[in-house]
Formats: sequence, C-alpha cells, structure tokens
Amino acid sequence: MLGNITFGQYFPGDTPVHKLDPRTKIILTIIVIAATFTAADFWAYSLLTAFFVFVTALGRLSFVRLLRSVKPLWPIILITFFVHVFSGQGETLFRLFIFKITGAGLTQGILMSLRLVFLILFSSLMTMTTSPLELTDGLERLLRPFRRIGLPAHELAMMMTIALRFIPTLLQETERIMMAQSARGADFKSGGLTRKARNILTLIVPLFLSAFRRADELATAMEARCYHGGEGRTRMHELALAKSDALAALIVVFLAAVLAFIKWCG
Amino acid sequence: MRDYIIVTENLSYSYKTAGGAQINALSGVSLKIERGEFVAIVGVNGSGKSTLAKHFNALIPPQSGKCVVCGCDCADSQNTLLIRQNVGMVFQNPDNQIVAALVEEDVAFGPENIGMPPEMIRERVRFALAAVGMEDYRRQAPHMLSGGQKQRVAIAGVLALQPSCMVLDEPTAMLDPLGRREVLSAVLELNRQKGITIVYITHFMREAALADRIIVMDGGRAALAGQPKEVFYQAEKLKKLGLDVPLPADIAWRLRQKGVSVPPVVTEEELAVALCR
Repeated sequence: MLGNITFGQYFPGDTPVHKLDPRTKIILTIIVIAATFTAADFWAYSLLTAFFVFVTALGRLSFVRLLRSVKPLWPIILITFFVHVFSGQGETLFRLFIFKITGAGLTQGILMSLRLVFLILFSSLMTMTTSPLELTDGLERLLRPFRRIGLPAHELAMMMTIALRFIPTLLQETERIMMAQSARGADFKSGGLTRKARNILTLIVPLFLSAFRRADELATAMEARCYHGGEGRTRMHELALAKSDALAALIVVFLAAVLAFIKWCG
Repeated sequence: MRDYIIVTENLSYSYKTAGGAQINALSGVSLKIERGEFVAIVGVNGSGKSTLAKHFNALIPPQSGKCVVCGCDCADSQNTLLIRQNVGMVFQNPDNQIVAALVEEDVAFGPENIGMPPEMIRERVRFALAAVGMEDYRRQAPHMLSGGQKQRVAIAGVLALQPSCMVLDEPTAMLDPLGRREVLSAVLELNRQKGITIVYITHFMREAALADRIIVMDGGRAALAGQPKEVFYQAEKLKKLGLDVPLPADIAWRLRQKGVSVPPVVTEEELAVALCR
C-alpha cells in the first residue's frame, strides 16, 4: 500500500480525519496555524491542546509519533526561545554575562516556542493522515484559480507526482551504484571530509546521468500516451466535498472564533 | 482490398551525432502492416528498428517519404493525438514509462490525457488491468513490482486508451525469463483475443518466431521480410546480418548444407516431423 512510499510520514487509516477531502485539510490546517499565532495566554493554549488531542484521537494517531515529529526542529525552537528570552524588555529577573533575562522576555520565549511546536504538530497531523498523492491532488485543485495569474498549477502537481513516483526508484538506484562502486574499491564510510566528498562524487555523477536519461525516456513515454499538458485533462478520481468536510470546517471556524475572542475581548 | 493500419513509403530519417557525423537511421523504408497482424521487427543495434517504431506513434515526424497510420498522415501535427490514441507504444525500460506512484493512477494516465469522463476512465482501468492479469495490484506502488509485472502495467497503461495497434520496443530486453514469458503471453493474448495489431521489436528470435511476419532491418533498410519460416530459411543471410537463427532452423540449414533436403522449419516439432519423413 501507500505506506511503502519511503518519504513523507503518512500513516494509512480509515478514520474521519483520513477521509476528509485533502483541500479541506490543507485550508483548515492553515486556518488553525494562523489561529495559533493569535494565542497568547493559558486559556488559548489549553483550547488548542484540547483540539489537538481531539483530532489526534479521532485520527487514531500515536501522540509519541507526533511529538517525535517535533524532534528534528528542536534547534530552531531553542534558538527562537533564547532570542526572545534575551531580547525581552522590562524588569530584569537575573543576569547572565552580558545578557539580561526579563519576565516579559521569558513569557515571550515560551509563547513563541509553543507556537512553533503547535505549527509543527498541526502540519504533521495533516501529512500523517493525508497520502502524498491526495496532497498533490488537493494542492492542484486549490492552486487552479491562480493559473490566471500565470501560476503553473498543473505542471507543479505533475512534478510532485513524478517525484513521488521516482524517489523510491532513485533510492534503489543509489544503493545499486553504491554497491557497484564499493565492489570496485570505493569507500563511502571512512576517510576525512575531502576524501568522503570525493567518494560521494563517484556516486552523484552516475546517479545524475541516469536521472537525466530516465527523464528523457519518461518524457517520450508520456508523450506517446497522449500527454500534452494540463489542457483538457480530466482525472479518474474527482475530489468531492462531503458533509464531514462542512462539519470539520464548522469546528475549525468556531475554534478560530473563540481564539480571536480570547485575544481581543477576553 | 486489404486493410492496412500502417503504411510507410520510402521513409527516411537521418540525424547528426554530437560529433557532427551524419547518421542515416532509416533510408527508404517501405512497408505495410495489416490490421490484426502480429509483426516482429528484428535487427542488430543501430539498424533503425526503434527509429522506425517511433514514426508509427508520431513521436518522430517523417523527414522524407510518407508514413500513414490508421489513414492519418504522420507529417500533419493535427493528427498526432489521434494517431497516439490509435497506436500505443511500450518501451524497453519499464521503470521509465510509469508516471504515477500507484498502479491504477498510472493506467489512468492516458485516458486522463485525452479528457475522458471519470466514470469511463475507471471502467477502462478495470478493463486494462484485467487484460494483463494485474487487477490485484491496482493499489500497489510500481517500484514494489517485478520487472515483468511493471511491464504488464505499462502495457495496461497503453491498453487503457483502447488502441487498435500496439508498438512494443524491446519490451522484454530488461526482463528475466519468467518476466519475458509473462509479457509475451500477455501480448499474444491481446493479439489473438482482442485483435490488436502488434508490432513487436525484439532481439530474441524465439519471440520473433511467434509472429505472423518478420521484418529484418539492416542499416536503415528492410533487408528481409516474410513469414518466420521463409525468413529463417535464409539462415545464411540472417547470420551475415549478425542475427541469431532459432536452433531448429539452424539445424535444418546445416543439414541442407550437407545435402539433406529439409523444408523450412521454425519449431522443434516441425523439425522433428520433417526429419522423420
């Protein structure tokens, strides 16, 4: 199944979250993330956390896995935290060398890092419940209106489709070339940085050559199958909005409204 | 009057290499392929087989001479889409002709390109996958399939356009014996059951022997043509062109050299029958 597409972090499932139209998921994720940036106090964050827990449970996803998706971005979160902590205004709490730490800075730092964490968590929720193919499809539909101002929506989507198709193939090929070069005495593991870089070159050059040859052959094969751009093209699976999409939109708009209320009137 | 699906007249094509040398890939090829026929095209590398095949699908417009496919002139670019719907093309490397990351999405690629309604596309995809026996794999990722299976998916992708003719350019060259058999039997079935005209380019004489007619290409010309029996009867000429001769035909030829009269044969069985007489 789709799980064997080696990148992306899609976890196949049959839950209401998985079944939402990809367009709905993309737009709602953007709304939720925007709403996150208005959140500035304890209540707002509790509400967001509750919403996050609700969607995760509904999508039968593992919390641990979701939290793990934050891991690669730790450095950015830490830097954000410290920048805000050290650049805060107001009363100094304590000093560290030339840096002074203020109460306002500390709060700001925590808020900003929390926002980043939520940003990652909510986008992971989307990518974990939407297959890359659906995402591509959704993006193409969403970008379609912008074709008028010259945005190549179909071409972008086709590029993503082909990338999805060929990444596993190119990975297999990389492995093959690596073995072939190792058999001829290349060493990819030891040696200094320059040596390693030079050895990687013996991997990259054949890989690129083959990728170009593949691209050429694929283009011919696509033309032979009547491909002539996005003009007049139909799709086998047309995306269709369902009642659940409306319901999801209602919930998210309500959430955003409450968050806005907390921010400006609370 | 016979119904010809592909007719070429004095078709020539030349190109320049990166070094600037002029290469005549095709020089004056005239041939006719009948509707429903299974034609094998054989020849050594560089004999012009692939260039010829690409003309049938309007991938290359003729430089000089004529190429008429399904009654449409290939030189007229307005006919291109129509020709490509009628003449499907399968290439050598199965990896480099599958576009989508899901088998059924890939098979749907052709029909989507010509703007077919979604309901009809699903019907065509079901039909095409069933025709090559790949219906159980419709939700699989192509890179998880074997070479023979991938090539069958590629054939299904062409079949989904319901072409009246299929051109296969060395479809088994990169496959193991099992994959080769899978693909060949799928192709044979399409020809016999669905009446699709097959133009089959191959290096394997055993595969060519199954065709109704063999065309031998040499240096951009059609050097020999005829039923497998007739072509293999000229074993000496084939060998001069750098081609193999199937073992039974070769034995028959060697016997003839020794003065034994043996009729033209292709299969082991025919040879046995001929020798026992």
